[in-house]
Order: sequence, then C-alpha cells, then structure tokens
Amino acid sequence: MQRSDPILEVKGLSVSFLQYGRGMRQQLLNVVHGLDLAVSEREIIAVVGASGSGKSLLAHAILGLLPYNAHMEGGCRFRGEPLDEARLRRLRGKEIVLVPQGVSYLDPLMCVGAQLNGGEKAPDSRRRTRESLARYGLGEEVERMYPFELSGGMARRVMIAAAVRNTPKLVIADEPTPGLNPEAARRILGHFREIADEGAGVLLITHDLEMALTVADRVAVFYAGRILEEASVADFMQEETLRHPYTRALWRAMPQNGFQPLAGAQPYAGEGQEGCLFASRCPLRSAECTKEPPVREIGNGWARCFHAGERGKADGFDSGTNFVPV
Amino acid sequence: MAAFALVALSPIDPLQANIGQVALGSMSAEQVARLQAYWGVGQPLIGRYLNWLSGFLRGDLGVSLLYRQEVSQVIAEKCANSVWLMGFAWCVSGVLGIALGVTAGVRRGRFSDRLIRGGCLLVSSTPAFWIALMALIVFAVWLGWFPIGLSIPIGMDAARVSLADRLHHAALPALVLSITGIPNVALHTREKMVEVLESDYVLFARARGERTTQIVLRHGLRNILLPAITLQFGAIGEIFGGSTLIEQVFSYPGLGQAAVAAGLGSDLPLLMGIAVISAVIVFGGNLAADLLYGVVDPRVRKGGAHR
Repeated sequence: MQRSDPILEVKGLSVSFLQYGRGMRQQLLNVVHGLDLAVSEREIIAVVGASGSGKSLLAHAILGLLPYNAHMEGGCRFRGEPLDEARLRRLRGKEIVLVPQGVSYLDPLMCVGAQLNGGEKAPDSRRRTRESLARYGLGEEVERMYPFELSGGMARRVMIAAAVRNTPKLVIADEPTPGLNPEAARRILGHFREIADEGAGVLLITHDLEMALTVADRVAVFYAGRILEEASVADFMQEETLRHPYTRALWRAMPQNGFQPLAGAQPYAGEGQEGCLFASRCPLRSAECTKEPPVREIGNGWARCFHAGERGKADGFDSGTNFVPV
Repeated sequence: MAAFALVALSPIDPLQANIGQVALGSMSAEQVARLQAYWGVGQPLIGRYLNWLSGFLRGDLGVSLLYRQEVSQVIAEKCANSVWLMGFAWCVSGVLGIALGVTAGVRRGRFSDRLIRGGCLLVSSTPAFWIALMALIVFAVWLGWFPIGLSIPIGMDAARVSLADRLHHAALPALVLSITGIPNVALHTREKMVEVLESDYVLFARARGERTTQIVLRHGLRNILLPAITLQFGAIGEIFGGSTLIEQVFSYPGLGQAAVAAGLGSDLPLLMGIAVISAVIVFGGNLAADLLYGVVDPRVRKGGAHR
C-alpha cells in the first residue's frame, strides 16, 4: 500500500447534499463518507460498487464539479500538493481529465472536432485533436460528425480521445463500458491499460468487477458511499485472500465462482448510518458491528471490518433466505 | 368562420352602433330599410358566409362597411402602422428577454437572478393596459416626452409628416409592448439555461477545462437557440394580441384598433379580413420556426439527408 509518491491522494473525502426532508426540515444527506484513496503512476485502480453507491460523485468531487447544492469535506493532493480550486481550474482538462459515461456528455449540437478543440483555433490544437482521434481509429470525417451520428463504441473512443489529447497525469474514467458488447468493452479497457503504461494514473470507476479485474492493478470495493476493502487484483484469485465479507460475496456472485447472489440491497444514503453499513446483510454480523468498524490492514490491502479476513459459516450464507440479485 | 358566426350572433345592432339611437329615430322607415340592407341585417348567416367566401377565394376581401374602402386597402394601411410597432416590440423583447434570461440562468440564485425573476413576475402579473396607462401618465402627461396618442401629430398635413414624427409617436406604445413581452421570453430562457448548465455535456466541458464564459458562449447559446426560436416565433401571436390592447390605450391607428372597431361596429368584411391576415401572420411565424429548425438543428438537417 505504501507506494512512492502517488499522483492522487484522497483523504477523508465526504460529499453530502442538503435536502428538504418532511416539512421544512433540512436534512444533510451523506452520500460519500470518509473516503481514502491513492492512485500512483502506471497504475489502474478500480473503484467497484453497485449503482447508486455514489461512485460518479466521487469522480465529480475529485474534479471539483459537484452540483451547487452539494457540500464536500476532506481533500485531495495531486502530485504531493493540495488540490485546491484554483489549482484544479488550471489542471482540469490538462493534467487531470475525465472520461465520462456516455454520449450525453457530448454537446448534441456541436461537431466532435470543435468540441475537442475546446474553442482553441491554433493549428497545434487541431493537430492534437486529429492525432488523438486517429490513435483510437477514428478518421478525419469523425471530426465533422455530431454526437447523434456516433455509435456507442465510437462515442466512448471520442471521449477517451478528448481526455488523452493533452497527455494527462491522471485519468478518471466513470463507467466507460456499459452498453458495449464484451469485445468492445475489453478494447476500451485495453486503451486505459495503454494510458497507464504510458505513465498516467487511472482511476476506473465501474460496477463490473469481472471487467475491472482484467485490467486493474488494485480494486477498491465501494459500498453505500464507503470503501470497504482495498485489495490487489491477485487477491481475487481465491476467496480466502479477500478480507471483507462483502467482497467475498461479490466474488461468489461472479459466474465462475458459483454465481451466488447476495440477499438484500445496499442502504440508501442518510438511512441511519451507525456502525458497519454492511451489517444488515453480513453473515458474520456480531454485536460489535453496531459500532464503527476499524480499518484492518492484512497483507497488501485493508478492509473496514471487525471480522476482516475471517472465514464465514459453511458457504458463508444460508441458502434459505430470498436471494435478490445485486 | 368562427369569427363570422360570433359577429352575426352578437347582440349588437349595427344600425344603432354606427348611426346612433337619435339619428335612427328621426329616419323614415324606407331609410332604415336601406340601411338594414347595407349592414346585412336579417340576411341568413350561411348565405352571407358563402358570399364572403366566394369573394375571398377570388382574392376579393370585400368593402369595409365602416371605412367604405376596400378591406385590403384598409388592412394595408393599418398594417403599415402596426408593423413598425410589432416589429420593434418583437425584436426588443426577444433580444432583451434572451439577454436577461441568460444572465439570470448563469447567475442562478444570486442577486441579479432574483432581481430579473422578480421583475419578470411583476410585469407578467400586471395587465398590459395598466402598464400602458402608467406609461402614458408618466412619460406623456407628466414628463411630456412623448405624445399621448395617434401615429402622427394632430392636424398636420400627411405629406409633411416626417419619419421622426412617426417614430416619436410609435415609441411609447412600442416600448410598452416590448416590456410586456419580455418576461415570457426571459423566464423560459432562464429555465433552459439552467437546464443546459446542469447537463452532462456542460459537466464534461468543464472537466475538459472550459471556463464559464466559454461554456455559456459555446454550449449555452447553442443549446438555448432551438427553444428560443420556437418561443420567439410563437410570441408573434402574443404580440399581435397584446397590440390590440396597447393600440386601444394609445389610440394608435393600427391593425389591433381596427379589429376592435370592426368587432364593435359589426363590420364583418373588415373583421374577417383582419382575422385572415392575423392567422396568416401567426401561421407564418410558426412555419418560419419549423423551417429554421431544419437549418439550425444538425439532427434534423443531417438526419433527414441520411435517410
């Protein structure tokens, strides 16, 4: 875990929304809570979690692009120095870039080329756009296309091209593969591996653990706004090396490992967040789980659990309960 | 056709309305009968409508009973007055409305946004004729900057009326008409602008390092253009309706005032003519919006070509 100079360090990041509850009572909705994360050079770290767990907000928070009613605590350091708003404004789109989810992130009324140039008319800027598109197999005609003319895979490649056109140090990819067939998805993820191998750090946010394991170096398991475990990809070779009961449940849910879904659903943000958030679904639950679980470092990773690394009951889960797919 | 039926069914007696009770009482029965024939009293509705329709299809709008001139001539003359007024109001309310809407949308929640929204709500909840009366009192009566009515100076030879005179007379009604048109455009534009700024593509533009001004100019204006076109050309109808009231208050001899006169005076041919003309103008506005869509929106333009 202790690596030399990470590119991005996230420390104690919390994101909350001010919402009106019943009546006029204002309610602080905690969506991301006390999150620590580090991304190093030449490394892909995958943040894996179910939809609705606050993954996209994590990406937007790092970029300082949260909606105006959101409140953020904690902070980030980029290449060793605090990442404040002024610095973010300078680095956004240059050293820190985002690869968003889908075609809705492109202006529907503007040609691809003009969008990538970002208003710069210098021949150098145009050349870089041209080269980065060409790198992903997109010809010159794509520059004159509007987003509605792109296929799903083309749109993803356009957005990757938009990101790498300024040779970034940190790439934050927010769900870059859904809607693509496995072939195309693997190709897109391969592009991220390439970017990492060229020296950048990649933060890959996804709900697809299986896909993530094919390219990432480390995996952070995200659940209801928190990271429950950070593990190296090698740890996912067998269940025993995984630390957190949720990670193990995810592992067992993969087709090649028994395809066993986990009962229940993750709690919504703001729903009585006392103690371990996973306790209500956890087979290892005990009395102490109502308290805040400690972070336990085991091997080359850690988990936020009283029972980290413990083996569950026979098979972990009793098969009598209703199984609801996650 | 509805206009035709409404006038024919209205309780107004054209003779009483146009000649007056006293004059009518002093006339002989023969005179009254001739006048009744002139105003079409007692003739069956359908026959009058078919008569008008056949004339209209041959391009003959008929003769105005009130003005005793060709309807087309009356309309052309009134139109010339109104076009100035409505054109000016249309441009000003469009430009100012969009500018204010964009400003409010970009500065959402700040003081300038609240000021613009408050002002718009205030104006749109105030009756247009009241605003017109207030403007008359303040600018024409108290300050004396503008004439209190009509389109040219009173008692001046038509040949000697200068363009400056006409503009001077049209300024106040045009201004009031513009002001009453602004809130609709501004509030709609603001909503759209807020929506655009919250969109995914603006988030990505920010992530690529674009600044707020750049985003507003590049993505904001581009994406509010389409709804703005719909709104602006749809507003033609509203300005048309608004001008009726405003012209009445300012005694401005335009199309709107002629419509009121024709309606109250049972001048069927003139009223039908005005109804047709306004329908054509409103229809033209919507058609222009649709055609412009094809030019501006690449999804319509290229999508059609691809198929």
